[in-house]
Amino acid sequence: MTSIGTGYDLSNSVFSPDGRNFQVEYATKAVENGGTAIGIRCKDGVVLAMEKLVTSRLMKKDANKRIATVDRNIGVVSAGLVPDGRHFVSRARDEASSWRSTYKAPIPVASLANRMGSYVQAFTLYSSVRPFGITAIVGGFDAETEVDVDGAVGSGPKVGSGGKTQGVKEGGPYLYMIEPSGLYWGYYGAATGKGRQAAKAELEKLNLDPKKGDTISLEEGVKEAARIIYVAHEDSKDKEFELEMTWISAVSGPTKGRHEDVPKELKDEAERLAKKALEGDDEMEE
Amino acid sequence: MVQTTGMLGEDGIHVDMGHLKSGEVNLGTSIMAINFKDGVILGADSRTTTGAYIANRVTDKLTRVHDTIWCCRSGSAADTQAVADIVQYHLGMYGITNDEAPTTQTAAAIFQELCYENKDALSAGIIIAGWDHRHGGQVYSIPLGGSLHKQAYSIGGSGSTYIYGYCDANWKENMTEQEGVKFVKGALQEAIKWDGSSGGVIRMVVLTKRGAERHLYLPDRNYEGPGMDRP
Repeated sequence: MTSIGTGYDLSNSVFSPDGRNFQVEYATKAVENGGTAIGIRCKDGVVLAMEKLVTSRLMKKDANKRIATVDRNIGVVSAGLVPDGRHFVSRARDEASSWRSTYKAPIPVASLANRMGSYVQAFTLYSSVRPFGITAIVGGFDAETEVDVDGAVGSGPKVGSGGKTQGVKEGGPYLYMIEPSGLYWGYYGAATGKGRQAAKAELEKLNLDPKKGDTISLEEGVKEAARIIYVAHEDSKDKEFELEMTWISAVSGPTKGRHEDVPKELKDEAERLAKKALEGDDEMEE
Repeated sequence: MVQTTGMLGEDGIHVDMGHLKSGEVNLGTSIMAINFKDGVILGADSRTTTGAYIANRVTDKLTRVHDTIWCCRSGSAADTQAVADIVQYHLGMYGITNDEAPTTQTAAAIFQELCYENKDALSAGIIIAGWDHRHGGQVYSIPLGGSLHKQAYSIGGSGSTYIYGYCDANWKENMTEQEGVKFVKGALQEAIKWDGSSGGVIRMVVLTKRGAERHLYLPDRNYEGPGMDRP
């Protein structure tokens, strides 16, 4: 913390002489203290998972969700300051809804990430605001099937439209991560929060790059996500946590193109396997 | 104000053109767009009138709003040009900001929003036709109230009333390009023959994976040529 006392860390909109914005770096510290959040882009969908640290035994289990739905096919999870995450989600919903009223179609995940990136970046520019104390992971599924204009009637030729280009693949699963600076990239696997290093190490072992052969399925992704959150929690073992997990598949898949909670049976099974994998690790060490 | 809706005036029958201001330029028109095997074809006559006076006999009512998304305009020339300009701007911005060409759906959605939200001020009947890799050719129609209809083929303007029978009898799905051009030309020839507010040349635009190609057919050559404009 060489910045302390120099005065360059007191305001946004002021660069330090070596070109840094300390307010943004402090916001990143807020993220690093939050529970781990991850996203996995699988072959046929996206999984979002969150290590929700239990701050009080007086809070109801499975309540106070940390993963939110932004549009039917898009979910957001964030690590860091919870209220900042809520505001981020609220803005994302506004963006999705405004896109729908303009274009009469759901917003593509890439366009939502772009707009949210611009929004977050604007909070690094002015002395009157502070940057977002979160890193958000945005996951969604752009329809692979044709989507007609909302509200249009009629269906065109009985034989279907002519002149389609064969073999063109459209839509699919997408995953983006947006940092307090407004920086965002698309990812195969994304991790943020306290346990991000361990989580990233685990994500890198998975087969997620389609250019390197067959990638993991959505159901495998769910199991890996649960296991990775458990692995990432190892360093703060003394604290209790709840696993929160959602997924989005294609229209032809288990969620019918929607962002939903992972069903209880599948989640329980994933958690059972995750615990077993960790116990296995312990045995090896003995 | 002279009410002309549905009336037989000295300059012919006016249909659906509603409240034009006195002296306002009217596209008393025959327009259509069809789906065919490889995409879509748009067609229109070229007459623009101010009352009984033909203000322009070689009008271009087929307007580009993106590379392979075009529209046929009917109603007030000023209104439809203004709406098409706004849509062209939006689609241009969409292409740049999303790094991907807009689809015909996107164009139809923007046209509809403008036509519906401003229905009290506009006199615009628009047919949108476009081609893109994902959806192939598509035809949408937006009549006066601003509703949106996806159609196999669509006809519009005052001249269209005369060719409902022709189109219904001669329409086939999945036509070849040659058959499609023949269908559109045959229909518009009839519309021009019977509708006093339609006339002049027949213009067409063919939208396929090759892009946009223009056709021109002249009355003094019995609408047989010159045909496609190959650069």
